[in-house]
Amino acid sequence: MTGSVGAPAERREGREKVSGTARYAAEFHYPGRAQAWPVPAAVARGRVTGVDTAAALAVPGVLAVLTHENAPRLAEPDDPTLAVLQDPRVPHRGWFVALVVGETLEAARAGAAAVRVDYAAEEHDVTLTASHPGVYVPEDANGGYPAVREQGDPDGAFGSSAARVDVAYRVPPLHNHPMEPHTSTARWEDGRLIVHTSSQGTGAVQGVLAGLFGVPEDRVVVTAEHVGGGFGSKGTPRTDVVLAAMAARQTGRPVTVALPRRYLPAVVGHRAPTLHRLRLGADTDGRLTSLVHEVTTHTSRIKEFVEQAAVPARVMYASPHSRTEHRVAALDVPSPSWMRAPGEAPGMYALESAMDELATELGMDPVELRVRNEPDVEPDSGKPFSSRHLVECLREGARRFGWAGRDPRPGSRRDGPLLLGTGVAAATYPVMVWPATATARALPDGTFLVRVNATDIGTGARTVLAQVGADALDAPLERVRIEVGSTELPSAPLAGGSSGTASWGWAVHEACTRLARRLAEHTGPLPQQGLDVRADTRGSADAESDWARHAFGAHFAEVAVDSVTGEVRVGRLLGVYAAGRILNARTARSQFVGGMTMGLGMALTEGSTMDAAFGDFTESDLASYHVPVHADVDGIEAHWLDEDDPRLNPMGSKGIGEIGIVGTAAAIGNAVHHATGIRFRELPLTPDRVLTGLLDSRTANDARTGPAASGSGPMRGV
Amino acid sequence: MKEFAYVRAGSVEEATSAYAAHPGARYLGGGTNLVDLMKLGVERPAALVDVTRLPLDAVEELPDGGLRIGAMVRNSDLAAHPLVRDRYPALSQAVLAGASGQLRNAATTGGNLLQRTRCPYFQDLSKPCNKREPGSGCGARDGVHRDHAVLGHSAHCIATHPSDMAVALAALDGRVELYGPEGARSVAAADFHRLPGDRPEQDTEIRPGELVTGVVLPGSTAGLPSAYRKARDRASYAFALASVAAVLRVSDGVVGGVGLAFGALAHRPWRARRAEEALLGAAPTAAAFEHAVDLELSAARPLRDNAYKVPLARGIALDVLSRLADAALTRRTS
Amino acid sequence: MGNDQHHSETTLRVNGKPHTLTVDHRRVLLDLLREDLDLTGAKKGCDHGQCGACTVLVDGRRVNSCLLFAVALDGCEVTTVEGLSGDGEGPHPLQRAFLERDAFQCGYCTPGQICSAAGMLAEAAAGHPSHVTDPATPSGEPVPLDREEIRERLSGNLCRCGAYPRIAEAVEDVIP
Repeated sequence: MTGSVGAPAERREGREKVSGTARYAAEFHYPGRAQAWPVPAAVARGRVTGVDTAAALAVPGVLAVLTHENAPRLAEPDDPTLAVLQDPRVPHRGWFVALVVGETLEAARAGAAAVRVDYAAEEHDVTLTASHPGVYVPEDANGGYPAVREQGDPDGAFGSSAARVDVAYRVPPLHNHPMEPHTSTARWEDGRLIVHTSSQGTGAVQGVLAGLFGVPEDRVVVTAEHVGGGFGSKGTPRTDVVLAAMAARQTGRPVTVALPRRYLPAVVGHRAPTLHRLRLGADTDGRLTSLVHEVTTHTSRIKEFVEQAAVPARVMYASPHSRTEHRVAALDVPSPSWMRAPGEAPGMYALESAMDELATELGMDPVELRVRNEPDVEPDSGKPFSSRHLVECLREGARRFGWAGRDPRPGSRRDGPLLLGTGVAAATYPVMVWPATATARALPDGTFLVRVNATDIGTGARTVLAQVGADALDAPLERVRIEVGSTELPSAPLAGGSSGTASWGWAVHEACTRLARRLAEHTGPLPQQGLDVRADTRGSADAESDWARHAFGAHFAEVAVDSVTGEVRVGRLLGVYAAGRILNARTARSQFVGGMTMGLGMALTEGSTMDAAFGDFTESDLASYHVPVHADVDGIEAHWLDEDDPRLNPMGSKGIGEIGIVGTAAAIGNAVHHATGIRFRELPLTPDRVLTGLLDSRTANDARTGPAASGSGPMRGV
Repeated sequence: MKEFAYVRAGSVEEATSAYAAHPGARYLGGGTNLVDLMKLGVERPAALVDVTRLPLDAVEELPDGGLRIGAMVRNSDLAAHPLVRDRYPALSQAVLAGASGQLRNAATTGGNLLQRTRCPYFQDLSKPCNKREPGSGCGARDGVHRDHAVLGHSAHCIATHPSDMAVALAALDGRVELYGPEGARSVAAADFHRLPGDRPEQDTEIRPGELVTGVVLPGSTAGLPSAYRKARDRASYAFALASVAAVLRVSDGVVGGVGLAFGALAHRPWRARRAEEALLGAAPTAAAFEHAVDLELSAARPLRDNAYKVPLARGIALDVLSRLADAALTRRTS
Repeated sequence: MGNDQHHSETTLRVNGKPHTLTVDHRRVLLDLLREDLDLTGAKKGCDHGQCGACTVLVDGRRVNSCLLFAVALDGCEVTTVEGLSGDGEGPHPLQRAFLERDAFQCGYCTPGQICSAAGMLAEAAAGHPSHVTDPATPSGEPVPLDREEIRERLSGNLCRCGAYPRIAEAVEDVIP
């Protein structure tokens, strides 16, 4: 081994990115390229009864207006959200009902504004409640997890538990909002469809486009050289790429569709709102006797997507009795989809908040409560863990954070008007891996070329895969070239589910290992074209494992709550992870910190509101949907344990792209409780909620004990 | 965005006559809100009269110790100007509490005053809005209105004015200078923006064709302790949930002069006249401030989801007033 | 197409080179750079001044190029991330610091962050205060930049990958 893996190697595409020369999907200037602008539906449910395109076509520079009446017919997609402009149905507000193609962005935009659409609107229902009459238990939730799991007698055990927490939480709809909006540039050349797209995986885009347009896959070329983030929302193709290909076919021109930011919330998926009910029963020692996590969420009328938010409760803690259940209502809302750590992010917010409430109820340190409930095997499956170092993460985090000596009494620290508090929460994310193919070539000049259709959405995939290859080849890192991001390369799965590096890396490792073996056997100079080895991990990467495989982590947060305004600021956020072998210390740190930052947003600033009257998300732009800014983020630290787990993949790695967001919101929420004595159970913790809570608590205290006690919240004892 | 004609004006007179010559014209300043609204289709000018190169880009000292700030002075230059910082700290602070460095570099003093509400229903052409389309209704009243008005709203409109700067100008007794077809005039900054009433489409008292040429700050508030405080959803780069600007003069142990204005509570910067009256002549104590602010905010009529704004505004107002009182007393004794 | 009611001949100096174009009045600087000059370093993240990805320097000041009509900039000097290092050899110190600190992931906000940082450093040197500057700081003198100042002043540049701490470190690295 040359020791490339684990080293903090610099990003291979870094120079292009800092110099502005890295090209993203809208930045391919083919001669005659046209621009297209979609027209969103202005009703929440109904039918298009007429589209008047005359005024739009009269706009100078407008080339075409595609509607359901004239757009190219598509084969029926597996994903119903891709059946754009195929029929007059409007399944939700913001669904695209027309596309205007223009010579320029200005012409396309003006044309879109000039399209007149008439609708037959129908009554709509977009409001999720736990008691919604349309709520049902689906067969399974996202990821194929069974909707319901039950062990023992959770209700009976809960009823007879010495300590009980029975609480409800709400996580609002959230938006991925990668910095690069969903964008594709498509052109048809001699019956071939050639696409640059902003996607987490071009293989799926290729397959979908081939199916929709009825062309063989080998006639569709999809590249995604640089991708401006995705966070799940580019995991599978979205309408931008379908519309670009349709418009290119219709006009005979290369066409770019760059979705306007405001349109994204309705068409690229969102994290569905989740209503949680948690019941935790424990004995007086803090051992769980019953764990019930019930989740109610929404999906759209056209696609069932069920955020698997009760799934982490099947992994985290030992409890003899448990039930985890998902329920869903199909409403006239945009289709939800993946957003960073679907399931785990909202689910662990609820579970880890409830654990904190239980710790308070028991008068027990929340770190110790978690340690005490550490399971021997995965609670749901009974499988042993391939590795599980949650306790070590908690201990190491507590040490680094300075948790020892913390005064557990809420409201015990203040600095002038600022109420200070600290909180902890655990994190988990499953290990996923998929088969992939890769080739490795040794060239006569002593360099190597590794090819795999990985996608670098900002994770540093190129860099890490080159490190994996270099070590397998026992070659210096700079001698290994790598090509990713195109369907012209050996096929490989998407960057999603924190599975990319494991999946691609496995194939790269295998190809390079076998190439090294061939080179060892080879005598004499290499042939001009080099020596090529191809690896396919089908059968190994997707083999059933006898082990429960998950990454774990612990998050610690310190907050300051302004008692005057209800503004919450995070002073410190510290994560410790046990995620197998860390393949690149530099890029890994960036991923962990990035996930934590998004978790901070989930806790404090991000929230979207479904407008009951109009049926859309009110916070549709980046001025109203508040992702954290520089000023919100200070003192974030990510650390990891050396975890040696031989039951994962040849690199010994677990995914790291998502675990940073898991539990962060709970740690911050728990810190806010510690600071204020008030348990907020709805995110985000914006000043309107926090200040109202502080004032209500003050009023309640004044009523109980007189104004002198004002400012310190109620403490719930055992 | 529809096509438009473009005229670059070299003088104020040239600007107003170009405006008159082009029906459907708008003045273009920094463009940070106008261009945004044009992209949304909310503004559809037939012509833009570019006023950014008018010779209105200076901050001048006035004989009474006040300042005249040209309408084209960029927000960042206004906030950084030594005379503004020294004499009217609340104004500098208010400007710096708004938007981002990039936006403040482009946005002008005049344009900041004339920016329009960020009400999401106003910005969305597919929804009713009496401000954008009189008579179409108000989507916000029964909709998502956590950010909306608690004071002075009407059945027709519950929008708030988004400016931070204008709140400070209102508190500091600033005046807005205008030039138009009927000549020059000025309006008190606190009266420049309107309440919505039954004409929410009219944000301000500006008349057709009039151009904001500058803002005058009087000597009477120069050099007094003044401050601006804003509460928002994130630590920076967000519109106010509530804000307050105040200036305070304490003489002989009592409040000799006070200007207090709230932002993000109403369709205009809300000059708290009742609170000011209650404070004049009173000792600058916490009790007096509480009494005055509560008196002012007793007029609040919160909507379903924005009652929090009242205690929020109260809290930051009391904080700012008590800090100013401390500063005023310290100044006296030092 | 020549000048007419809706188009005007406009000259800009971009990264030191003059460009004279007949522009549609609706064309904003960002689209002119990206579409007409093939300078795609400035990014379109929101098109409404809400994200900062399009930040460039106009006459040395950082601005959101998505909100500036190109026609109104006739005669102006524009610097984009592609021209930040001028004629100098190798990358600008900020670009180098971003690389060394791994101050980005997807890279889409990066050109805007770098241009914004360049503009911000000049503002602080010129004595521009920020929201977090102590009001007692003397006017007209350079404002020292601590971490809090950097974070506040760069808050007009969103990064969804969450590279903020690394960006602040990178900017600190280039402060003399």
